[in-house]
Amino acid sequence: MTKKKVNGFQVISTIVLLLIAAICIIPFILMVSASFTDNATVAVSGYSFIPRKFSLEAYQYLWKEGLKILRSVGISFMVTGVGTMLSIFITLLLAYPLSRADYPFQKSATIFVFLTMLFNGGMVPTYLVYTRLFHINNTYWALIIPGLLVNGFYVMLMRTYIRTSIPLEILEAARIDGMGEFQILFKMIFPLSTPIIATVGLLVGVSYWNDWYNALLYIREEEMYSLQVLLSKILQNAQFLATNVSMGGYMSGSSTSVPSTTVRMAIAVVGTIPILAVYPFFQKYFEKGLLVGAVKG
Amino acid sequence: MTAKASGKKKTMLKIRKYWPLFVMTLPGVIYFIINNYVPMYGLTIAFREVDYAKGIFSGDWVGLKNFEFLFKTKDAWNITRNTLLYNGVFIILNTVLALMLAIMLNEVRIRVVQRFCQTVVLLPYLISIIIVAYLLYAFLAEDTGYINSVILPALGKDKISWYTTPKYWPVILVLVNAWKNVGYLTIVYFASVIGIDSQFYEAAKLDGATNWQLITRITLPAIAPTICTMVLLSIGRIFYSDFGLFYQVPMNSGPLVGVTNVMDTYVYRGLMQLNDIGMSSAASAYQSIIGCILVVIANLVVKKFNPDNALV
Repeated sequence: MTKKKVNGFQVISTIVLLLIAAICIIPFILMVSASFTDNATVAVSGYSFIPRKFSLEAYQYLWKEGLKILRSVGISFMVTGVGTMLSIFITLLLAYPLSRADYPFQKSATIFVFLTMLFNGGMVPTYLVYTRLFHINNTYWALIIPGLLVNGFYVMLMRTYIRTSIPLEILEAARIDGMGEFQILFKMIFPLSTPIIATVGLLVGVSYWNDWYNALLYIREEEMYSLQVLLSKILQNAQFLATNVSMGGYMSGSSTSVPSTTVRMAIAVVGTIPILAVYPFFQKYFEKGLLVGAVKG
Repeated sequence: MTAKASGKKKTMLKIRKYWPLFVMTLPGVIYFIINNYVPMYGLTIAFREVDYAKGIFSGDWVGLKNFEFLFKTKDAWNITRNTLLYNGVFIILNTVLALMLAIMLNEVRIRVVQRFCQTVVLLPYLISIIIVAYLLYAFLAEDTGYINSVILPALGKDKISWYTTPKYWPVILVLVNAWKNVGYLTIVYFASVIGIDSQFYEAAKLDGATNWQLITRITLPAIAPTICTMVLLSIGRIFYSDFGLFYQVPMNSGPLVGVTNVMDTYVYRGLMQLNDIGMSSAASAYQSIIGCILVVIANLVVKKFNPDNALV
């Protein structure tokens, strides 16, 4: 209380912000709590913030019977992994020449990338291109390629980073040492660009993990659903879980024994965990990326 | 002759020097051609007859016939109104809330609390809209939802069938959108608020300025360029709607379509459920063309007073 006077506005601000933080978290608590509640109890008295009757049955069910769910989790991980790596690779390959002022096509290629940020053909033409010309519907490529693979904005972000933070002298010296462009890219640019690669990689990774749009448009085979799409089907159609999850009739009386109200929430928890897990770890990259992305997104 | 030869030699040297860079750009360039440029050309199907025999992008020209069909329906008016109204409300509400929170976040003196809030408000932004739909469902589900099973009985009220009653949804969608996106916008504005030189505040305080004066005379003017940029860019995108918010969050519920139908959901349903390529491509082109014009105009305006933040 000596030098720094705490004024009323600061106190109110702290309280308001804590309230807002609570509003952000509370729905997650309800979801997690619901997933740990006994299914019969939920059916009678609804979801609650503290499990009325604690139970692991939803997760046990997922582990034992949720073949389709585990499969979709696997597909989501695979698509996120492959997609993110490919995306970083192609983005970096394109960003490096664009960062080189001496490259003869530098200007025209930049405009070429830039236009993709302003215009797009929209849902119908894009859908027709991928289904009628390239026939990638009902393949895993449909989860990786359309819309998500390379983003003009991330190309520009990486180009600017390479141009402004890697000194030309280093590249010049490497060239004199007889390194080719590919060697320079992979042995010098790549390691020196880790902050921007981490930022872009995270943003791309999150958009792959969260993506449901591509599967909704291009995938008809239930076998190929990623987790997010499976989640959306289960939410829109409660029967989906009962009729489809247990694949085949080897389970006796399967449709009545599915603890569906709580299993739904348990799968949603599974879909959220990777984001929560990766988030605090990479927070500084996220915030940096989101901030630059804000102004140019 | 010698000049020509040396010119040729120069070109050869250039090719030798730059071919690796050219090869590097190829995967990305090919991707953009497939993913962006061919569909841009594909916009022309809105002006063509759908004719699978001739190939999807080469049916006969029919002029504006598809658009005439589209604008004769009351859907065209409905989706335009819904899209513009929702986005208008989102822009105003989210901006006001985010500014308030950003300024207040800057006043929080307890470091741990500040850091914690900064972390937590971004979470809704990073999870998928489908998880958001689940979170909302936990509250609104007819039999098991928290509101119907705990809150309404406690108030002595009857259960409400949320997913079939359209009148609540404009408010629900606005709140859900704010929940998901305000945190992100708060962090953007917060980053600009902490960039303001603290000397301004010290000086003003010595002159006896109140908190309100500090906010309206120093903070807001100082971050005005960021605010204008963000608002203009959202206005530029006012013709695009968040498909997930309007499709997944109301669980694609039929009775709600009147209040949840926006450009993107309309195009999607036309394409995938009705298989009406003529109509949906017209709607898709209508959105893309006006959307693009607005994005370009918004960016040109941004460039006028804040060149660093403009795309164009």
